[in-house]
Amino acid sequence: MSKENARFSKDHEWLKTEGETGIVGISDYAQHELGDVVYVELPKVGAAYKKGDACCNIESVKAVSDVYAPASGTVLEVNPQLSDHPELINQSPFEDGWLFKIKLADPSELAQLLTAAQYEEYLQGISGE
Amino acid sequence: MRRLPDLLFHTSRNGKIGFSVADSALPDKLIAVAESNRRRESADLPQLSEVEVVRHFTALAHLNYSVDEGFYPLGSCTMKYNPKINEKIAAQPGLNAHPYSAHEMVQGNLEIMHTLQVFLETLTGLAEFSLAPAAGAHGEFTGMLIIRKYLAAKGNPRKVVLIPDSAHGTNPASAHLAGYEIREVPSNSEGILDEETLRRYLTPEVAALMMTNPNTLGIFERHIAAIADALHRNGSLLYMDGANLNALLGIVRPADLGIDVLHINLHKTFATPHGGGGPGSGPVGVVEHLRPFLPLPRIRRARGAYEVIYRGEQSIGRIKNFYGQFPVIVRALAYLLTLGRDHVARVAEDAVLSANYIRKQLEPHLDLPYKSPTMHEVVFSDKGQPVKTLDIAKRLLDYGYHPFTIYFPLIVHGAMMIEPTETESKETLDAFVDVMKKILNEAKADPALLQQAPHHTPVRRLDETLAARKPILKWSQGEETAIK
Amino acid sequence: MRYLPLTAQERAEMMSTLGIQDVRELFACLSGHCTEPGNSLPPALSETELINRFNEYAGRNRHLQYLSFLGGGAYPHFIPEVVDSLSSKGEFVTPYTPYQPEVSQGSLQAMFEYQTMMTELTGLDVTNSSLYDGGTAAAEALLLTVRKSGKKKVLISASLHPEYHEIIRTYTQNLDIEIVTFARRHDDGKTDLEDLKGKLDEQTASVIIQSPNFLGVIEDGEAIARLSHIRGAYAVQVINEALSLGFLRSPGENGMDVAAGEAQSFGLPLGFGGAYLGFLAVKEDLLRHLPGRLVGQTKDVDGRRGYVLTLSTREQHIKREKATSNICSNEAWCAIRAAMYLATMGKEGVAKIAKINHLQAAYFARQVARIQDVRVRFTRDFFNEVVIDFAGIPVDEFLKKMRQKGIQAGIPLHWFNADMKESLLVAVTEIHQPADIDRLVSAMGEVL
Repeated sequence: MSKENARFSKDHEWLKTEGETGIVGISDYAQHELGDVVYVELPKVGAAYKKGDACCNIESVKAVSDVYAPASGTVLEVNPQLSDHPELINQSPFEDGWLFKIKLADPSELAQLLTAAQYEEYLQGISGE
Repeated sequence: MRRLPDLLFHTSRNGKIGFSVADSALPDKLIAVAESNRRRESADLPQLSEVEVVRHFTALAHLNYSVDEGFYPLGSCTMKYNPKINEKIAAQPGLNAHPYSAHEMVQGNLEIMHTLQVFLETLTGLAEFSLAPAAGAHGEFTGMLIIRKYLAAKGNPRKVVLIPDSAHGTNPASAHLAGYEIREVPSNSEGILDEETLRRYLTPEVAALMMTNPNTLGIFERHIAAIADALHRNGSLLYMDGANLNALLGIVRPADLGIDVLHINLHKTFATPHGGGGPGSGPVGVVEHLRPFLPLPRIRRARGAYEVIYRGEQSIGRIKNFYGQFPVIVRALAYLLTLGRDHVARVAEDAVLSANYIRKQLEPHLDLPYKSPTMHEVVFSDKGQPVKTLDIAKRLLDYGYHPFTIYFPLIVHGAMMIEPTETESKETLDAFVDVMKKILNEAKADPALLQQAPHHTPVRRLDETLAARKPILKWSQGEETAIK
Repeated sequence: MRYLPLTAQERAEMMSTLGIQDVRELFACLSGHCTEPGNSLPPALSETELINRFNEYAGRNRHLQYLSFLGGGAYPHFIPEVVDSLSSKGEFVTPYTPYQPEVSQGSLQAMFEYQTMMTELTGLDVTNSSLYDGGTAAAEALLLTVRKSGKKKVLISASLHPEYHEIIRTYTQNLDIEIVTFARRHDDGKTDLEDLKGKLDEQTASVIIQSPNFLGVIEDGEAIARLSHIRGAYAVQVINEALSLGFLRSPGENGMDVAAGEAQSFGLPLGFGGAYLGFLAVKEDLLRHLPGRLVGQTKDVDGRRGYVLTLSTREQHIKREKATSNICSNEAWCAIRAAMYLATMGKEGVAKIAKINHLQAAYFARQVARIQDVRVRFTRDFFNEVVIDFAGIPVDEFLKKMRQKGIQAGIPLHWFNADMKESLLVAVTEIHQPADIDRLVSAMGEVL
């Protein structure tokens, strides 16, 4: 599954879909801004979130960032590696550093997210400021 | 080169003792505690002779920079000189009473507290102070509880507290603890709040605005009276964070600016020592109509004696054990008595003069994001520099200076907040400016020198990521702690 | 003036650099508000005059003239001279918070050693490097268990220090937390386990006891921890006489999840109630919710051992309103003093002094029970404080007569509980000589 299939939020989360399951993580830009990740507070399996809810928390040495659910759903699974290896988020934000998987409540919400190309453009806009 | 001494636990040897307490003649059969309630084994504390204890902590002392050693241009911290006579006075046995001593036995101590209380009331124009809070943040929390209880008594505690984007982190944390939601108000291009912007945020849900004045950019919030007015007409209150009182002390009365509640940091403005992170003291003062809500106990003078009030229908309650940080209060009073009317205004004058003197000389070399008049502290940014603020700060360590405050306030990129205070000589200020210029030149010629700084301190840059990922928060037997 | 180094000449030079004539030009933005309240202060005092002034204040205190048996959360203990001597060094008194660790290794290593020794004494996994005092530490412990569990109900022992109760109430007044008190038994002063069981449920975040409790009695901590855990609640032990950790079963041995309280007994003077030392120790799974500063060990770029403030993302300067607490300045210097005290007293000293405290209190309890009209309320399972009940004479009158004999005999419990009109809380520590105790007892006999 490549980047091209993923969708992005303006809060720098990405969402890849596998049928009705969505996998969520943060973008390379986000991990770079955060710095070395030291701890992740993942959502509870079974918890339900609406699009835009703060559901997760990533701590680096200098900052804490909320992760917002890019789409509504119920948490199916969280990444078991992150408790011992939070640095996976820095090393592989798009693959091994995935955060959690959700059962999508409303797949039509995906259309509201940015495509990979649109996200790139959005990033250009930010760094231009 | 000074090295870290071994941990106490490595130096420990069985059988060594550092104390001398006479054995008790009382027999063990007097013990009235069930065996099951007794500790099974003594706590495994170190065993050292007195000599080793002295050597150990003396070695540790040599690793610490301190105000006694040199300059601390830390913005918003007011690291002024800590007078030694105040230490001696605070330690005297004649003041060292048990807090539950009968009041008639400790009239001297109650007088000390009341006297400082009244001086703070005089200097600020507020109606009554409580000396109970143990630190600035504790004072903020107390102040927000007072505001909430007052508003609740009027029918609606409201939901939101407004906080400027330049505020110290304790402000939103304290307001949150008091049960409020936070909304951030942006500063304008001058670096201050203005009434027009505030109005956009003023809803019936707003309980208060928390403001620091001068703010964390060192700029006087000159719209404060209009802001206070707007708040009051909205039924909201104005809280002032007094961390930067050093710019106003003895010259301006914060109450005249329209504030309702103020906390003061005795360990900043009143020269009580920082101790590496406390003890501090954060007295809170209020206007007349908020007095019933002050925490307990309250001290007052009545019928020629000092009384302590433990009950108050409308009080927010007790926020600290006993009376407050009494030894810190003693030092603050001693300081104020030493300044007296003869010298108190010179504190703010020299503090503001020194900050402006530094600003003038560094302005050609460093980006100054806000050009408004500077009070007691000035904020530069690392914009346009070949290195980051952190690197400049670390290089200052090599020259024997403690760095300025870094990365605060958040509204300035790579902020460098410099507050010299009034207790530095002109030689020190000049030398600091020279070193800063030198470092900025080094940055252009050899940025790596700064990025790898410090080079000459007992330890160099520490791996904070490792410390946070794999926290080692105590020594344990068998753990790999002997990393020399 | 000796704290204001700038001379008139230097000020003039500096003003010239700024292009101004008068320093007040720098205060132009404050114009209209410069009411000069400083002029209302009294004239400046010289150093000698200052010393005299504080001697006068001290002269209006009379506590030194009395033999005192006051406790109640602040205890007179022997403080080795090295603690005063070492802690008064300018390098410990005058530095800032160790945010620049390269030049603060002294404070940081001392705090790391303090953290280690406190976890050893409490028997738990990790301690922070200080809170303001025992009462606020108890409040922070409560908030920690609520935050971590997500539950809103907390059970608190009726025998918690009344001031700690008050502080907890103040701290929680605007938060969605339900506080329920559970009772104590009349016969032995310990928690009524049936009452506690009846109030515990799955919505309980934590059960908070104090041991030794405010009446000096040692609670059955292990049973209480077990009951709490069965219902999924955290067990918290509050301690206001830290020296008891040298003699009694530790919170860790009791199965507690949290220990919080007052460590003034570790080398801090009575100081009229400040500056004291709140401590908070937890089991590892609560680490991320621990308020206050934490010192961690790490390495520098050359591989050398070093210390830093860590996990600061929990703190207010980063997490702001999501922080675990709003605490910033704490009691760092007091914690360093405690480290010096514990290092000096050491394994043997702490155990020995703690035992002497109990023996002395037990001796007092035995001797005083021989006086008619006096009853030691709880004769078993106390540490260094006992409650005595009188028959027939109001406690205030008793205390007045005792003062006439030069003795502050104890704390009248009716200050805290209107029902306890004839009860006194008496603390005996290692600073009392056996002769002092004899004097107390015989004076009591005379008065009664």
